[in-house]
Amino acid sequence: MSKSDLEKRTVMSPDGEPIEINPLQDYFCDARPKVHEPVLPIFEKFLNWARSESLWVLGFGTGCGAIEMRPLMTPRFDAYRFGIQWRPTPRQSSVFIISGYLSVKTLKRVIRSYEQMQNPKFVIALGSCTINGGMYWDSYNTIKRLDHYLPVDVYIAGCMPRPEAILAGFEKLKELIREGKGEGANLYAQNFDWYKANQKKIIKDWDMPDYNW
Amino acid sequence: MEFGIKQILYLLLTLFIVLNYGLILQGIMPKIAARVGRRYGIRWYQPYLDLIKNHAKRSKITHGVMYYLGPVFRLTGGIGLLLFLPVIYGSPVFGNLSFAGDLTLVLFFQFFGVLGMALGAGESGHPHSAIGVSRGLSQVTALELPLTLGVISIAMQYHTLNISDIVAAQQGGVMNWTIVTNPFAGAALMLTFLGSMGRAPFDVVMAPQEIPIGPPTEYHSGFLGVLQLNRAIFPVAKLILFMNLLYGGATSWPELFIKTFFIYLWSVFVGVAFPRFRVDQSVRWFLGVPLLFGIIAILLI
Repeated sequence: MSKSDLEKRTVMSPDGEPIEINPLQDYFCDARPKVHEPVLPIFEKFLNWARSESLWVLGFGTGCGAIEMRPLMTPRFDAYRFGIQWRPTPRQSSVFIISGYLSVKTLKRVIRSYEQMQNPKFVIALGSCTINGGMYWDSYNTIKRLDHYLPVDVYIAGCMPRPEAILAGFEKLKELIREGKGEGANLYAQNFDWYKANQKKIIKDWDMPDYNW
Repeated sequence: MEFGIKQILYLLLTLFIVLNYGLILQGIMPKIAARVGRRYGIRWYQPYLDLIKNHAKRSKITHGVMYYLGPVFRLTGGIGLLLFLPVIYGSPVFGNLSFAGDLTLVLFFQFFGVLGMALGAGESGHPHSAIGVSRGLSQVTALELPLTLGVISIAMQYHTLNISDIVAAQQGGVMNWTIVTNPFAGAALMLTFLGSMGRAPFDVVMAPQEIPIGPPTEYHSGFLGVLQLNRAIFPVAKLILFMNLLYGGATSWPELFIKTFFIYLWSVFVGVAFPRFRVDQSVRWFLGVPLLFGIIAILLI
């Protein structure tokens, strides 16, 4: 799809009637995200326990960190025994792992994937690049602090972190969720304007709706 | 037997037992497969957690009416298949809704859920869903052929379309089981069984890393939760069907658990030993040896 396909225009239908189409509105829903308040505390505690023990990961190999995630599936580290599974679609996932540096181009895709995930959702930032830019601190094309663009729950430092460190990060995330602190999705909805302003500062050719579900 | 409130309660009890058994099987079988790969594997209660987690998701989005109905159709297919089966042979209460021609209805219910899913996934508008559905349907259609031939062969053998009568004819020891008395129909059924369980080598339709996850690509939160419920109930219902057709049925719940466990294990054995087929390969495979067995079974009866 080229960029001109996204522009608003009038087309002729086969029976000669003009139709207004606006792909950005027709293909995507651009309603703002809503804050979903937690339910009764005692009930929420139980649900949070289930959420923490069933972490479905959206694998998004943005940087070199992706190579350290593969061993987690192998017999040596076997993350499945901790309730961690890889899912191929953002719709079904609850944990988004940003595995390393984010170039401006990738940031756009990351935002879209993140917004397609359903509340509650958690973000793990992998490697030093997501904290302060790491070895790409002076690059013209990568972002430095991921926290300015998406609400991050857990940072795993290292260049690159070993699989053991990633497992420890997952354990930390589980603790946070059980304590009821994994409210990144609500945080994103509350500070939506601030996050969007930051994102638009970086992404110059913004050709998508403000929120993709 | 008259149909009253007591019968409905027993139906719900059947559903409850089968749901829990299905969820536990879903936990144990991947664990067995993982041990073959020298992994520790998931916890046996992981399917329960996943189910709770998916239902506990706070937001969901919809694509229209059919999108809602897809998982409902699918679950209806699973529950319908289960409720029209005589679950425990000879039991006045766990015979459920089985009746004289239930074998034909059960064959229909096998396909029902897939069709509902196709409609629902089609409405989601996700291209991967559409590709996944067309691949899934072509595989199911291919395996229906030997399956139906095997079932017809068994129906001809016992001169009945009533599953209860088929079970009754197999009582009195292993030598009376259909798998012994009609081995070709048994072989055709057990080979198609591999395909319908959604495990390797026939799991490319649902394989997460292929066309991302096939039909349920767009399903999430509660929708996926309903699909997961069906993924617990439907395999057990199919196991009970195959147990009734080939292995003499069960006269008690423990006997049912033991027999269905080993029938399920057959698909796990094959799954860990063989790599995946592509869809075109699996279609060709189903139309080869299993179909041949089905035809021989029909000719020999």
